[in-house]
Amino acid sequence: MKTFKGNVLFLDRSDINTDEIIPAKYLTEITKEALKPNLLEDLVLPGFSRADTEDKAVIVTRENFGCGSSREHAPWALEVNGINVVIAESFARIFRQNMYNCGMFAIELPKETIDGLFANYAGKAVTMAVDVDRNQITIQADGKSETIDFKVGEFDQTLVKEGGWVGYADKNY
Amino acid sequence: MGKTIAEKIFDAHRVDEPFPDTHVLKLDRVFCHEITTPIAITDLMARGMDRVFDPTKIKAVIDHVTPAKDSKTAAQGKILRDWARRHDIKDFFDIGKNGVCHAIFPEKGFVRPGYTIIMGDSHTCTHGAFGAFAAGIGTTDLEVGILKGVCAFHFPKTIKIVLTGALQPGVYAKDLILFIIKELTVNGATNMVIEFTGPVVDAMSMESRMTLCNMAIEAGGTCGICYPDMTTVDYLWDFIQDEFATKADALADYSKWVSDADAEYERVLEYNVSELQPMVTVGFKPDQVKTVAEMTGTKVDQIYIGSCTNGRIEDLRIAAEVLKGKKISDNVRAIVSPATPAIYSMALKEGIIEIFQDAGFCVTNPTCGACLGMSNGVLAEGEVCASTTNRNFNGRMGKGGMVHLMSPASAAAAAISGTIENSFLFKA
Repeated sequence: MKTFKGNVLFLDRSDINTDEIIPAKYLTEITKEALKPNLLEDLVLPGFSRADTEDKAVIVTRENFGCGSSREHAPWALEVNGINVVIAESFARIFRQNMYNCGMFAIELPKETIDGLFANYAGKAVTMAVDVDRNQITIQADGKSETIDFKVGEFDQTLVKEGGWVGYADKNY
Repeated sequence: MGKTIAEKIFDAHRVDEPFPDTHVLKLDRVFCHEITTPIAITDLMARGMDRVFDPTKIKAVIDHVTPAKDSKTAAQGKILRDWARRHDIKDFFDIGKNGVCHAIFPEKGFVRPGYTIIMGDSHTCTHGAFGAFAAGIGTTDLEVGILKGVCAFHFPKTIKIVLTGALQPGVYAKDLILFIIKELTVNGATNMVIEFTGPVVDAMSMESRMTLCNMAIEAGGTCGICYPDMTTVDYLWDFIQDEFATKADALADYSKWVSDADAEYERVLEYNVSELQPMVTVGFKPDQVKTVAEMTGTKVDQIYIGSCTNGRIEDLRIAAEVLKGKKISDNVRAIVSPATPAIYSMALKEGIIEIFQDAGFCVTNPTCGACLGMSNGVLAEGEVCASTTNRNFNGRMGKGGMVHLMSPASAAAAAISGTIENSFLFKA
């Protein structure tokens, strides 16, 4: 199982697409590691710079994250940068499934909760940790701690625990 | 309660329901191309699982960057080519025989009503035009599809779109789907199938239905679906005539892949399309759509006609009708990529290639290249492209470039005037 704990990158925009997460010109790479320097290279977001992704483990964002192309290079580009968790109001279907298929977390939270995370924590030094068994996110900032419950389907939870879909499918089908 | 076509396809293919709302389906087709498949192949090799579930159900093509433009794309092609040979995948289309995946696979008769199809490409939804459930997936799902012939999906909630009236001359399936995406928004159909129904769809060719279904993903949709009818049977007849005595028999059989009248839908939307005008995208999201009339005069640098959305023979005919006897503006360059070798040959025989060349177009081999800024027509920073493709994302056709999505007729009009214009200005 992967680790789901660390510093948080806040991306305050909806509809961030997979071309923004990793542009098509890098799809000629045949290793995941090669994608590392180009994560979020084409992101349209005022104030954002590539350096903001350094030393982050969690992304918090808005609606429809990962829309567009089916490229699994998007979760891979996150993974090789140490980001195994994305928390959003909603995800595009293929991106979301790709995350769980890779044993990573794509966690959906209600709009009010996401609004609260941005209002309370964006711009601060904040860490989050996902507890896989209890379906809880623990947030730490300013020396204080808060926990938020989330829902995840049994299938997705199984994929996270088994480290992805290939091993599960090989065993069962 | 009745069932939708997608529910019926799920029922006919379900092999397991290991968890609530997790439907593991048996696959009729696994399509592959050289961008998303090589990593699946190398991962299977690394796991000691370099096997395929059924080489006759796997179809593969090199289409995104062809001919290879550098050592990396050559290596991707080689991995796919070697794998196809190793596993005796007979339907592998290499350069000379290759075309854009979502154009060549239907053309070869690989898609049938009621099929389940996956591909590591988001525009796999195109094949729903034949009454199939066809979904784009990532490399891991592809890997499992190749190995085991299964894929897991959530229940196919469905939006039904009923299209009535009749499209005006100069208004096409592309204008209609841009309008529908504007209505649905870029995530209005997320995790849902979009059924396109009604007299407007009944009157459409398979090419136009593929254009509609192709862009279902731009509203977040898992698959676009049209019901199979005699138009579907006619298109497939060369490939199915050994299975059925008559076309009527084929139609009777395929008619099981139609939604019941009392099927349950998430939403039902009805539009009368008689007043619809030519449409064009603005901005960086495909739901940012205006009429061509509103955008008239917007300068463009490049015109691109091609792709899995609008690179079929019908599209080239429509563009050629506008271009015939005219020249492109001195202020633009224009590229056309017939989507398959068969389309290219047809266009040659019909004199369409000559019309494009006389007008000043560059005619390229079949490839996806320019649509996603990989090859054959990448934009420079600050440049604007009038394009018949499917995505106007920031940087899509080249870093810092701007893409306006439109129909082949509107793209041809933009080529002549150097600005966004209505195509009826140029029709004979």
